[in-house]
Amino acid sequence: MVERRPYLTFLSHAFLVLGVAVVAFPIYVTVIAMTHGPQALLQVPIPLLPGDQLWNNLNEVLFVGRSTSGTPPTWLMMVNSLVMAIGITVGKIVISILSAFAIVYFRFPFRMLFFWMIFITLMLPVEVRILPTFEVVAGLNLLNSYTGLILPLIASATATFLFRQVFMTIPDELMEAARIDGASAMRFLVDVVVPMSRTNIAALFVILFIFGWNQYLWPLLVTTESDFYTVVMGIQRMLRVGESVPEWNIIMTTTFLAMIPPVVVVIAMQGLFVKGLIDAEK
Amino acid sequence: MEKRVYFRARLFPYLLVAPQIIVTLVFFIWPAAQALKLSVMRENPFGGNTRFVGMQNFERLFNDPIYLDSFQTTILFSVATTFSGLIIALLLALAADRIIKGATGYRTFLIWPYAVAPAVAGALWVFLFDPTIGIITYAMALFGYDWNHKLNGNEAMTLVVIAATWKQISYNFLFFVAGLQAIPRSLLEAAAIDGAGPLRRFWTVTFPLLSPTTFFLLVVNVVYAFFDTFGIIDAVTKGGPAGATNILVYKVYSDGFVGLDLGGSAAQSVILMAIVIGLTVVQFRFIERKVSY
Amino acid sequence: MSTVTLRDVKKAYGDTPVIHGVSMEIQTGEFIVVVGPSGCGKSTLLRMVAGLEEISDGEIHIAEKLVNNLEPRDRDIAMVFQNYALYPHMSVFDNMAYGLKLRKLPKDEIRAKVEEAADLLQLRPYLERRPRQLSGGQRQRVAMGRAIVREPSVFLFDEPLSNLDAKLRVQMRVEIRKLQRRLGTTSLYVTHDQVEAMTMADRLIVMNAGVAEQIGSPIDLYEHPETVFVAGFIGSPAMNLLDAAAFPGLSLPTDRGPLTVGIRPEHLVVADGGPIGATVDLVEPLGADTIVHAQLPTGDALLIRLPGNAKVTQGTTLSLAPKDEAAVHLFDKDTGRRI
Repeated sequence: MVERRPYLTFLSHAFLVLGVAVVAFPIYVTVIAMTHGPQALLQVPIPLLPGDQLWNNLNEVLFVGRSTSGTPPTWLMMVNSLVMAIGITVGKIVISILSAFAIVYFRFPFRMLFFWMIFITLMLPVEVRILPTFEVVAGLNLLNSYTGLILPLIASATATFLFRQVFMTIPDELMEAARIDGASAMRFLVDVVVPMSRTNIAALFVILFIFGWNQYLWPLLVTTESDFYTVVMGIQRMLRVGESVPEWNIIMTTTFLAMIPPVVVVIAMQGLFVKGLIDAEK
Repeated sequence: MEKRVYFRARLFPYLLVAPQIIVTLVFFIWPAAQALKLSVMRENPFGGNTRFVGMQNFERLFNDPIYLDSFQTTILFSVATTFSGLIIALLLALAADRIIKGATGYRTFLIWPYAVAPAVAGALWVFLFDPTIGIITYAMALFGYDWNHKLNGNEAMTLVVIAATWKQISYNFLFFVAGLQAIPRSLLEAAAIDGAGPLRRFWTVTFPLLSPTTFFLLVVNVVYAFFDTFGIIDAVTKGGPAGATNILVYKVYSDGFVGLDLGGSAAQSVILMAIVIGLTVVQFRFIERKVSY
Repeated sequence: MSTVTLRDVKKAYGDTPVIHGVSMEIQTGEFIVVVGPSGCGKSTLLRMVAGLEEISDGEIHIAEKLVNNLEPRDRDIAMVFQNYALYPHMSVFDNMAYGLKLRKLPKDEIRAKVEEAADLLQLRPYLERRPRQLSGGQRQRVAMGRAIVREPSVFLFDEPLSNLDAKLRVQMRVEIRKLQRRLGTTSLYVTHDQVEAMTMADRLIVMNAGVAEQIGSPIDLYEHPETVFVAGFIGSPAMNLLDAAAFPGLSLPTDRGPLTVGIRPEHLVVADGGPIGATVDLVEPLGADTIVHAQLPTGDALLIRLPGNAKVTQGTTLSLAPKDEAAVHLFDKDTGRRI
């Protein structure tokens, strides 16, 4: 604050409160919808105060599949989402650390070629090459498998570049000291490089977990068996019920459950999250 | 910047890059090459044989009013999403920058939509604007406005823009706040002593100094609107009504998987890749030069 | 036997030679200091012995074993780095124990060795701390400790004291020397500080532009510098090195071509009717002695170091003479070599 202008400060607070309210409004309505039965959500207007059906809805959503949309119980979809998110996150971090380590700490023929090949992946989001990628995955018999969900999404130029930057800042002398201490390259990676990069790894973990959990198009394509549905795409299946009326209490409860893991991660690890976002854009 | 010394090994570094390179080759380079190849081929709808057709698929696309419409729709959608997202986030960031106490609290309540999947964001807003039971639809009806995004293309576009903006505000807000904090207080104080009021200070000091952040966000938001909003479109409108929200990324998907027009879809992929590459180049040139003072 | 032998060791980066062929024998237990200005190749030489730089030509033997193609870990050496190179995420204990763990020593043996080294270096209370919680001097000791616990044949020091403040540097240099005597480990120590070099070395190597100018004991180098470079580099304040023409009063050989004459400031004495006359420009009384900046009639600057608090006034002319015959060093002006 450069000078005192009480009315401006008041305006600032008012605007922020309004912003928070608008941003939060959809969640409020979702939470309300979670507490009502299907009948209440067919009235106009729908109730804006909580009802008493929360446990029923949760029970129904978590443990009972939907015949109308063909989705399995949500606990299973949550597990699938978790497996996919963790798989993508860990996979990306591991292969990025390995390749960044090779590029920084070794000189070898074709090093720059590999570097540029990784760079290209930055330019090819899955959305623009879906059809051929789908065919590759189908050709490898990876449809309806965790491998098929995870593997095509784990190459990451951003993470590789980030780790390259981080490794560059580790003093050369540490590597020399480690060599004299008798460490092999792999030992040096495990004992020195990785522990020294742990904040960056944690920050990246937060960002990538969200990225992985929120995948939508890819699971939509590679899972045709409902046992492999993830929760984010499951919601789409529930919305898509043709001419019959959507089961809003079920949909909104699922929606809420689908939001919980990534939102909790962001709020609980706010510092790491912000660091991760800013790191990833460098 | 390079390391002074290296580990000596012949095979080991190849082993280290192998996983990344294999995944890249199999799932990125190969499919991209396939897309390039398919974009100049046409499949016979009655038999399995394909033949080389040169640039015909592209010509067909650029003579196809539906594709040109989709292009227009995409531009309209990106411009609307980018600008509303940037302006709202900037206003919130300015407000948060002005107050010192409680700014972190507001931040917590503003950043979480980033964590919500686009498709989930779509579901949230669809529920609010549902033509029959949506609470906002109901509120608008009280004012005599009859909302139905399932029939009205403009309303459908408005709804996807709202959902896309809502999700992107957090990101823009965080970067604007960081950008504002990087502006030296002394400059603003000097301007205040020179007699510049808050509005004048904003336009003459804050806004120019914020331009690197703004430009960066501009590119990121365009990329977001072009490619990351697939889930929102699919959950809210499925590209409808009558193609009113059929943005390019959605069209690639629906032509390829629903319409099974492989050559056409591949040509569209190639065009999209060209757009991403163009945007990435812009972004990189910017990062190298860092538009700044 | 922990000898180190260098035979015509050369290093080139591409076509650019940086070390032109250094040979020397280091005896077991000797403390050898490599000294020279920055960029003279002294660190490169040390890193070649360590195995961190490849050897372009020549041979290095450690403990009578040819090590040219051995990895650092197989050379039986330990190294102390300028910035200490401690692992920031490990405790002091783990920093010292890391090399032993990698050598798969039993746990209790590692503990015993680390604790012994810690006692020797007064690090016992700090074993559980992280490097960043220590002072510069303590970090230096940890770096030493890491080298000691391995009980190597050879210690390598790469300017280990240059990040410390002046007072601590003097203290640490005594400590390192005492410790080395006690352990009797052959040591190769690189520094750019000639005082450090003189005070610590059994023998020292003066390097300049990739060449070992002279190898010998500190006193040897001080009394008989083989080249103009060594003459100017060793000794503080530096030796006066002037053309023969600047000293018309001295009787110098005339049959040896153009000469450079060197006289150390402390080897000039005030003498009535002495052969050198110089006008006093500036007097710096240091207490123990007095540094006089003077000017010769030729306009060349001359430095004189007089014992005690010499009463010299600015502007007066002093009559000076070399202390004795050995005080006058003669060098060939073209080759820079001693005559």
